[in-house]
Parts: sequence; structure tokens; C-alpha cells
Amino acid sequence: MESILNVSQLGKTYQGAGRSLKVLDNINFSIAAGSTVSIVGPSGSGKTTLLGLCAGLDQASSGQVELNHIRLDDLSEDQRALVRNRYVGFIFQNFQLLQTLTALENVMVPLELQGEKHARSRSRELLEKVGLGDRLNHYPAQLSGGEQQRVSLARAFANRPRILFADEPTGNLDVETSDKVIQLLFDLNQEAGTTLIIVTHNTELAAGTQRIIRLKGGTIVSDEMQHQGQEPET
Amino acid sequence: MDKKNFVYNRPLYIGWLIKMAWRDSRRSRSRLLLFISSIILGIAALVGIFSFSYNLKRDIDQQAKTLVGADLVIESNRAVSAELTPLLDSLGNDRARERNFASMIFFMKNQGTRLVQVRALEGAYPFYGDLETSPSGAGRNFRNGRQALVDKTLMIQYNAQVGDSIKIGDLSFVIAGALLKAPGRTGLSTTIAPPVYIPLQFLDQTGLLQKGSRIGYSYYYRFDPGTDIDKLISTIQPRLEKEGLDYETVESRKRNTGRAFEDFAQFLTLISFIALLLGCVGVASAIHIYIREKINSIAILRCLGVSSTQAFLIFLIQVAGIGLIGSVIGAACGILVQQILPSVLKDFLPVEATMTISWKAIGQGILLGFLISVLFALLPLVSIRKVSPLLTLRMSVEPGRLLRDRLTWLLYAAILLFVIGFSRWEMKSWKQALFFTAGILIAFLLLAAAARLLMWMVRRFFPTSWNYLWRQAFANLYRPNNQTIILVITIGLGTAFIGILYFIQSLLINRVSLSATGNQPNMVLFDIQSSQRDGVAALTRKYGLPVLQEVPIVTTRIERLNGKTALQAREDSSSQIPRRVFEGEIRVTYRDSLTDSEKITAGKLHGPVKSPNDIVYISMDENYANRIHVKIGDSIVFNVQGVLMPAIVGSFRQVDWRRVQTNFRVVFPTGVLESAPQFHVIVTRASSSEASAHFQQAMVRAYPNVSIIDLGLILSVMDDILSKIGFVIRFMAAFSIITGLIVLIASVLISKYQRIQESVLLRTIGASRRQILLINALEYLFLGALASVTGILLALAGSWALAKFSFDSHFSPQWLPVLILVFLICLLTVMIGLLNSRGVVNKPPLEILRREI
Repeated sequence: MESILNVSQLGKTYQGAGRSLKVLDNINFSIAAGSTVSIVGPSGSGKTTLLGLCAGLDQASSGQVELNHIRLDDLSEDQRALVRNRYVGFIFQNFQLLQTLTALENVMVPLELQGEKHARSRSRELLEKVGLGDRLNHYPAQLSGGEQQRVSLARAFANRPRILFADEPTGNLDVETSDKVIQLLFDLNQEAGTTLIIVTHNTELAAGTQRIIRLKGGTIVSDEMQHQGQEPET
Repeated sequence: MDKKNFVYNRPLYIGWLIKMAWRDSRRSRSRLLLFISSIILGIAALVGIFSFSYNLKRDIDQQAKTLVGADLVIESNRAVSAELTPLLDSLGNDRARERNFASMIFFMKNQGTRLVQVRALEGAYPFYGDLETSPSGAGRNFRNGRQALVDKTLMIQYNAQVGDSIKIGDLSFVIAGALLKAPGRTGLSTTIAPPVYIPLQFLDQTGLLQKGSRIGYSYYYRFDPGTDIDKLISTIQPRLEKEGLDYETVESRKRNTGRAFEDFAQFLTLISFIALLLGCVGVASAIHIYIREKINSIAILRCLGVSSTQAFLIFLIQVAGIGLIGSVIGAACGILVQQILPSVLKDFLPVEATMTISWKAIGQGILLGFLISVLFALLPLVSIRKVSPLLTLRMSVEPGRLLRDRLTWLLYAAILLFVIGFSRWEMKSWKQALFFTAGILIAFLLLAAAARLLMWMVRRFFPTSWNYLWRQAFANLYRPNNQTIILVITIGLGTAFIGILYFIQSLLINRVSLSATGNQPNMVLFDIQSSQRDGVAALTRKYGLPVLQEVPIVTTRIERLNGKTALQAREDSSSQIPRRVFEGEIRVTYRDSLTDSEKITAGKLHGPVKSPNDIVYISMDENYANRIHVKIGDSIVFNVQGVLMPAIVGSFRQVDWRRVQTNFRVVFPTGVLESAPQFHVIVTRASSSEASAHFQQAMVRAYPNVSIIDLGLILSVMDDILSKIGFVIRFMAAFSIITGLIVLIASVLISKYQRIQESVLLRTIGASRRQILLINALEYLFLGALASVTGILLALAGSWALAKFSFDSHFSPQWLPVLILVFLICLLTVMIGLLNSRGVVNKPPLEILRREI
């Protein structure tokens, strides 16, 4: 199967006042297109740093990341921004919606950036799919946490990404809402055939993915394929 | 897609950027408008001045003929020679002539006396415009009999009516009308000696024309349309210059009036420009905080694939749009300022100002406001390019920190160049432009340094044992997102402005007032003929007044300097002799000793000249000698009313010109000028205004030709002039102060968003309404005090330097008005601060959180 993300000998060190802090060390893995993967580990294990590097939000101190056959470490920040716009979708713990834009406009942004002519109709379609057809013109502040995360889901799938990164997507939601959002995420992902990488503490959520990579102290301590995935228990 | 050939270039999608700028600004428009409002006043002041100047330039061009009243005026300070008279009588299609001199007039009804400028007129002058009088026909009719036109203010002052009589010299005249306006005379030029017109035919009978009297001769000409006056002038100019005659045409008046007003308008423009710069600093600061708040949105956009340039452009478009709106509003307000300016400047205007809207001025104002607001806003905007998308994941790692950028330094340089460029455009001199920019820069830096120093001191030395409320209030001055520096700069500079104006104005007034106290002379009698000298001195003593000084004055001109005449000096390009040396008259005296206001700085004072073959050594004021490049031992030939008198510069004197007494640029030794035509001056002191009035009445009756200058009069005139100028400057400086206040309001509102969470938190954990108000009040009180005290310190330093180096005077400021100014600024700052925090303290915390956050 084609691999969508290749990480080899990846390391990240932060330089502080007179000392350096190694957050990630010698990370190697490869992820097949269309698969679902969770990255789990205790706080401070380097999960979010790894996600940032894989998604091209940050630059590695050593090693390389190849996303959709494009080496990210060779690219400038603006070039990585273009790669993100074309191939990557994001879901954040705190939703990260633009507060001054309506739900519809938030979803339209990645499409408009591509010059997509039918940005509005596609975005409306997506919002209807996540059950927010009647909330198109609401601002984020007028939506509940669950609704905001659903807008975020719609936005993440808007540009038909090849790979979707989710950082604690249910971290700010109550259990009931969280289950609904997870269900929706997996449904949309299956329908779009997108590769899904989730960084999470939530073992239930992780159990729903095909593969679990465990981090501790900046290194991979286990990398397991699961027998069943895709359908988390709700 | 072929991944190997992934194309990284993509269009900017300008349309989408504009759409995003619009969308993003939705919830911030009122705040953005508030930020930009600090430039509105600066633009308004500039557009007002520009527009007013353009109108005035056009008005001067259109009204120049009525300003001069003739096509050509030829003037002389002495009677024109017999050789030149036929020429003067042959010029023009219409002619008129006038003799003018300072004299006392006597109001018969109430015995009042006053120094005036008598203008004895013959002919149909003015040929253009009118002597505007009340009643209106008097301007023409007064020439028909023994009648006079008396300045309107003078008539009000002495309660004189049309039909009353005044005495000039030995002759009385009936007042035919009050003079409202005469060609070319603005308010200030006639304040000390207001004009009184009489028909020339009666001048001889007044008995005021005596040898040695200082009389001006004016010849007015009207030419038929189409006459080339410049060509005519070029043919007669050498003869006029040879005789020391001046001339003025409509064109030269246009140039001179325009130039004089240009200087004033330029000064006002620069004051307005400073207001604009202050506003721009406010804009930069506000946008800086605005962008900090937007960092998260920018990071999200970057995450979704927006390039750094696109992100930068989204916010640049917002700022440019709002800058344009601010400039347009400013320009619209400028039209209002333009309407007010003529009434503010009425005492200085040479012509009647019209009020048409100048589209050129409006265009310039909008362009200037747009460019400069964008330029200043770019300082914080360029940091957007460096915002990392990683902030979406890790906001806590870099909490709103904007990275320093090399481009920032480039922008500082661009702003500096812009300021230099604008001042060069305005002042037409690189040197002045550089000085102006350096001055502004130094003031900004000093204020910023003072603010930083004080912030550091508060942080370092504020006692930790103090009550929490005080600590919290003072800590707000240096915590992140504080507005201390920006407020100290804007309010401080405004205060410094007002302070310097006030200090210098009172310094000038005090300097004159000082002379009026103690036993200093306060009255000068001049135009005393040699034959009257003893009589006038006796009359002075009879009224119990001391004769403090009695000096002869001889009117001369410089004919040759080191062997060169005016013509030779002009033709010799290597000559350093300034042209003005030969122009105008020099009033000299003769004596063999120094007065107590003089001391010799070079050479020595020579004694009396005993034989006609002796060399005449003169003593010269050293400043005057420097100005005309004269050294000890140089030879000068003086023209003493027709007689040439060679002399050598024997000494230089330092002269204290501030004393109310006769001082001279040139002093001759005795034994030379005694028989030359001359008049005398007596300096005395009257102890009260009644004594002065009685003495003046007696003197005018006994010696009508003697003129008297009363220091009290000069003092009141000077006070009047200075307060008028002061008012104009304060009017323009007010734009800076108000700009400072707008920046203050904007800053307070910005900090409201910054501080609101904290206040809510304080309230949630139990702080009372009073405690929060007190924290805010203390913070703003300290800010106001810091800004105004720093401004006042700057004003004190500036005024001290001006007093010492420009006015050569001792500087002792009055403290009470300074304290009042500081108090007012503190009060305003605290009021604005508290009004703003009212919303936070009057509502339940949760409601505020829901509404504001």
C-alpha cells in the first residue's frame, strides 16, 4: 500500500537559556495512505511536537519528514503552507475557529485559498453533513463547544485533504458530545478515504484506530497494529 | 499530481484578501476607527492650514493692488534732491504724495495725548481700494479742508467723535472720520503709532517740519493699463539707488507679503505636523496591540495554508482602509479648521481671506494621512510575516510574542526619511529640515527614555510592603501591554509644547516689565530740536521728573566701506560686504564716554577730535560690526545729510539693548558732528501714570513737535501682540494636546480589553468596586503625572536653553501655572481612565465575561 507519511530519524531539540532540551529523538515510522493512527503518550512525551513536525507546522532539528512524497525539511514556511493547504486537514483541541468569521466562512477559507469556485456550496454541503445546516451564519462565539468542533471537522475535510491531523479533538468536550464528534470524524474520514492521525490521551478514541504509536520521553516505545479499528465503540 | 514537480507559486488572490480583511474587521471596526482617530486632528490641522494658505496666496495675488494702493510707490527717508524731483514728477498717469512722521496729537475735548504716525496726503491716493472710513465718504472728503482721519481704535480709546478737534503741532484739525482700513496696514504695524491722515497742504502750518526731523517721503503713481512697470523700474533703478530711494510695485508687494505669511504658515504647518506625528505614534502603538490580539487568528490562517505575505496583506488592507477613512474624516474636519483660522489669525492677515474649499489641500492632506498612517502601522504589521502556525498547537510557548524584524529598522529609516522629506518640502531648506527632524527625534527619545527610566525605577524601588492596591496600580505601569511609553510621549510632548510657549511668553513680558520697575527710565522724549533742548529739559524737571539721559542724534548713511560704494560692492563678487550696509539710515550720537549699558570689547574709545585734520575714530556695537563684517581699523565714509565724513573703526562695544534708554550702533567722538542737523532725545522716569499724563499734556502744549514714547504703552502693546501670537500658537498646539488625549482614550480602551479579565478575576475573588476603581485611578494618576511632569521638565529645559542662548536672559519660571497644568492633565487622565473602567465595576463579572471576551 502507498505510504503517505514517512518519518525517519526525526529529532527536535529546543534551545533554552544556556541549555538545550531534546523533545524528540530518532523517531522513525511510515504511515499507509487511508489508514487511521493514534499517537498516544503521557504529557510531555512529545506527541504534539511530533504532530507539528509531521504536519509541517514546525521544522525538525534533525531527520526528515516526507508528506505525500514531498520532503518538508527542504521547504520554506510559505511552501509548507501551500502543501498544508493542498494535502492537509487539521482538527484542534480548542477548535481554532476564526472568531470574526461565520461558521460557513470558516469552512470556506481553505477552499477560497485554492481559488475554488464552488467554495460556498461545498462548505454549505459539509456543514449540513455535520448537522449545522441551520447554523451557517452563526459566529463561533454563538455556537456550543460541540458545534464549534463540528464546524472544525467540516473545515478540515473541506479541501479534500490526503491526510488529517487531529490534536486531542475531544479534549474540550463532554463525554456525550465527544462520542458524537468521534463518530462523525470516523464517518467522514471513511467516506473521504483520508489518512487520519490522532494525538490523544483518550484510550477509547485511540482504540478506534488501526494503529497506535506510543511515545515516552521523546522516543517511540511501541508501535502496534490493532485487530479492529475504524469503528470506535460509542 | 506529479509530487516531484509540485508548483509552489500561487496567485495572491487579492480579491479574496480584501474579502478576508473585510470579514476579519467586522468585530473590530469601531476599535480600528478609534485607533485611527488620533491622526484625524493632525490631518485636520494640516488641511486647514494648507487650504488657508492656498486661499491666502490667491487673495494676496488678487488684492495686491489694493494693498499697495498704487502701481508704484517710491519712498525716501529724506527730502528728494532737486536733480531727482523732475524725474519723480514725470512718472505715472496719476500721482499723489505723502509725508509721514511720528508725532504727538492732542485731543482737545479730553486733553488726551498720544504718539501717532501723521500721514500728510496730497492727490487721489489710494488709486486702488479706499481709505475705509466711518462715515464712508470721509476717506475722500477730508482733503477738502482742515480735517483729519483718525485711527478707529484711537478714537475709541480717547472717546473721540467725528466733529471733535485734535491738535497736531500748532494746528488743530476737525476729525472728519474714523479710519477703519488703509492700504497695506495690518493691525500690528499700526499699534504703537496709529495712523492719522491730514491734507498735505496744511503740513507746513503745523510747524512740525524742522531741520533734523525724521520725515518719510512717499510718492504714489498710477499707470495706465498695459504699462510695463518692471521695465520702467529697471531704467530708473540706478538713479533711485544712488539717492537711497526705495520703491515698491504690486509685484514686489505680492512677493514680500506672500513670503512673510509663508513663514508664519510654515511654522503653523510644522506644529500641525507634530500633532500628526504624535497621532501616528498612537496608531502604531494601537495597531501593535491589535495585532497581538490577532496572533491566534493569523496562526490559524497560516495553518490552513495562508502564506506569510497573504496574512500580512489581509491586515495591511485593513489598516490602509481605515487610514484612508481617517484621513478623509480628517480632511473634512480640516475644512472646519479652515473656517475658524481667519478669525484666529485676523490680526495678522494682510488681506481679506476668502473661504473657498481647496481640493488641492484636501488631496494633499488625505495622501499625507494615508501614507504616514500606513508607514507607522507597518511597524507592527511586518511582524505578522513571522507568526508561526505552530502557535495553534502551542499558544503557551510564545504568548503573543512578536519577533523583531530587520525590516523594522528599514521602516524606521523610511519614517525618518518621510519626516525629513515633508519638512524639506515645507521649509525649502535641507538644513532646517534636518534640524527640525533631529529636534523632534530628540524630544521623542528623551520622553521615551524618561518613561523607561521611570518604569524601571518603579519596578526596582517601589516598596513591596505597600498596600496591595498601590502595588497593583503601579505594577500596571510596567507589565506587558502597558501604555506607559506611548502616553508619556504623546501627552508629554503636548505638555512640553504648551509649557515652552507659556514660559517664553512670560519671559518676554517679564523682561520688559522689569524695566518698568525700580528707578529704570520709562519715558523717552524724541524729536527735540537743538534750540528746544534746554527748554524741554527744564519743563521735565519742573514736573518733578529727572532728566536721566540727554543725547544728540544725527542721522547718517554709510557711503563707502573700506573704499567700496554700494555699487562697487555689488559688482565685486568676492566682496563680503552685505548689501544692507548701504541701505537705510544709521542714527548715531557723539560723546567721549561710555554709558552704564556699554563696555568696550576691542580697541579703545578715542577722545575728542580737536582739529579738522585729526582722524575720526568711531566706536561700533560689536554685533552690528559682526553682521556687516567690519573689523577694527576698517575705514567708513558716512554721509551726514549730504556731507561726507571719513572715519576709522576705533573700538567695539558690547551694548545691553534691553535697557529703556538710547543705545547706538555707532558712536562718534565729540568735536565732529556738533554742527550737523540733529535732534535730541531725553530719557526720564514718571512715577505714576497720572504724572506721566500731566507731563505729556504740558509737553505737547509747549513743544508740539516733541514725541513721547511711554513704556507703559509699549508694555501693553507688547503684551497684546504676544498674547495674540500666543493664542494662535496655542490654538495650533491644542491639536497636539487633544491628539494626546485621543491617544490616551484609545490606549485606555485597548488596555480595557487587556485588563478586563483581570478586573473580572479580582471581582470574582472578592475585590470591591471601590478597590478596583482605586487601582485604576492610581494607575492613571501616576501615568498622567509622569507624562505631564516629563513634558514640563522638557519645557523647562527647552525654555532655559532658549532664554540663555537666544534671548540672553535669566530664566525664572513661575511655578503656579505649571502646577495647574500638571494638575489638569492628571485630572483628565484619571477621568478618562475611570470613565472607562465604570463598565467593568458596575456589572456582574459573568455578564462582562460573556459580553466582552
